[in-house]
Amino acid sequence: MALPRAWTDKTIEDFVGILLRTGVTISAAVVLFGGALYLIRHGRSPAEYRVFRGEPSDLRSLHGIMRDAWGLSARGIIQLGLVLLIATPVARVAFSIWGFAAERDRMYMAFTVLVLAILLYSLLGSGSAF
Amino acid sequence: MNNLEFSILVGAGSFLAGLLGSLTGLGGGVVLVPLLTLFFHVDLRYAIGASLVSVIATSSGAAAAYVKEGYSNIRIGMFLEIATTLGALAGAFLAAFISPKALAFIFGLMLLYSAYLSHKPRPRAARNLPPDPLASRLQMNGDFPSEEGGLRHYNVQNVPTGFGLMFGAGALSGLLGIGSGAVKVLAMDQAMKIPFKVSTTTSNFMIGVTAAASAGVYLARGYIDPGLAMPVMLGVLAGSLTGARILVKAETKVLRLVFSVVIGVLGLQMLYKGITGTI
Repeated sequence: MALPRAWTDKTIEDFVGILLRTGVTISAAVVLFGGALYLIRHGRSPAEYRVFRGEPSDLRSLHGIMRDAWGLSARGIIQLGLVLLIATPVARVAFSIWGFAAERDRMYMAFTVLVLAILLYSLLGSGSAF
Repeated sequence: MNNLEFSILVGAGSFLAGLLGSLTGLGGGVVLVPLLTLFFHVDLRYAIGASLVSVIATSSGAAAAYVKEGYSNIRIGMFLEIATTLGALAGAFLAAFISPKALAFIFGLMLLYSAYLSHKPRPRAARNLPPDPLASRLQMNGDFPSEEGGLRHYNVQNVPTGFGLMFGAGALSGLLGIGSGAVKVLAMDQAMKIPFKVSTTTSNFMIGVTAAASAGVYLARGYIDPGLAMPVMLGVLAGSLTGARILVKAETKVLRLVFSVVIGVLGLQMLYKGITGTI
């Protein structure tokens, strides 16, 4: 798609729509693949969610999730899909900064940077997930 | 029940929740947690984690469809996301210090309130309001395709009140793992006088970012279980996408009534579980 000369809110919205759809489609595909693998391997085991144990540490951090997914662990692959899903709105916000910059709208660039900073703090700073 | 049967049943229930949530505009996340805890006996914390993830999927999936229609307003959305993400962080932080019993109780109250809101007749939306100085400076006023055809202009009002309510909506979202679309729409439609269709679609657009702000905290805390989140996320996503395809034309009065009764009953059950401590 050729880049339009004049950026408007409509241009940003169109790109955001494509971005969101792509992110959700990819993450759903990864979750579906991991889910199929999970049910083939563990479909007959009893489902046990009554008691809260918390996830093992490798499914709580990006590093551990990548390692598990790379080793074709079904739960690791699903978790990777979920991380991609969480990253989708973050990518949307990051892209909007660029969009508002192209519109030369400094006020909304600043607002968007602030939202991105809050999101990154949550993902990287607070829970030490990544 | 084995994992295969569990996944199929939970996936089907989630599909229905997503479909009804998107058709009625009341959100699917709000019934997911009671569905998982009351019927599938899932621990509340796992249920909240799975619900939060599915809320991101629904919001992003549906928003992709809505932005094309020209209803949502990205400026209103982005500005208010400052409030919802801060609220979501606060809520996710608080959730670690609140017992499941108390969470179930708060959840019950929230469900009853949602059911009440959806019954309350919406006052006729005021049109042609004068531009508000703050909203004008924030470039929030916009146009949207109206029912009569052509574009209709709207002027946004009461920005500080809306911002405050949005912080509350974010906190509820982070605390309970829901999209809290009902509170978001209340803030935009009632307080800020934004046309209903613009409010609902912009709210949907914001939900994903709000939920992402607390999802990182939940993942790190080990609340997000892949085996549970998989059927929930895929089911809700498929349901809400199906619903979004028929949203613009569908007449949903009866459906809305039925769904709000369901939400109310689930709310009473969550309250009961919270009080008796059987969650």
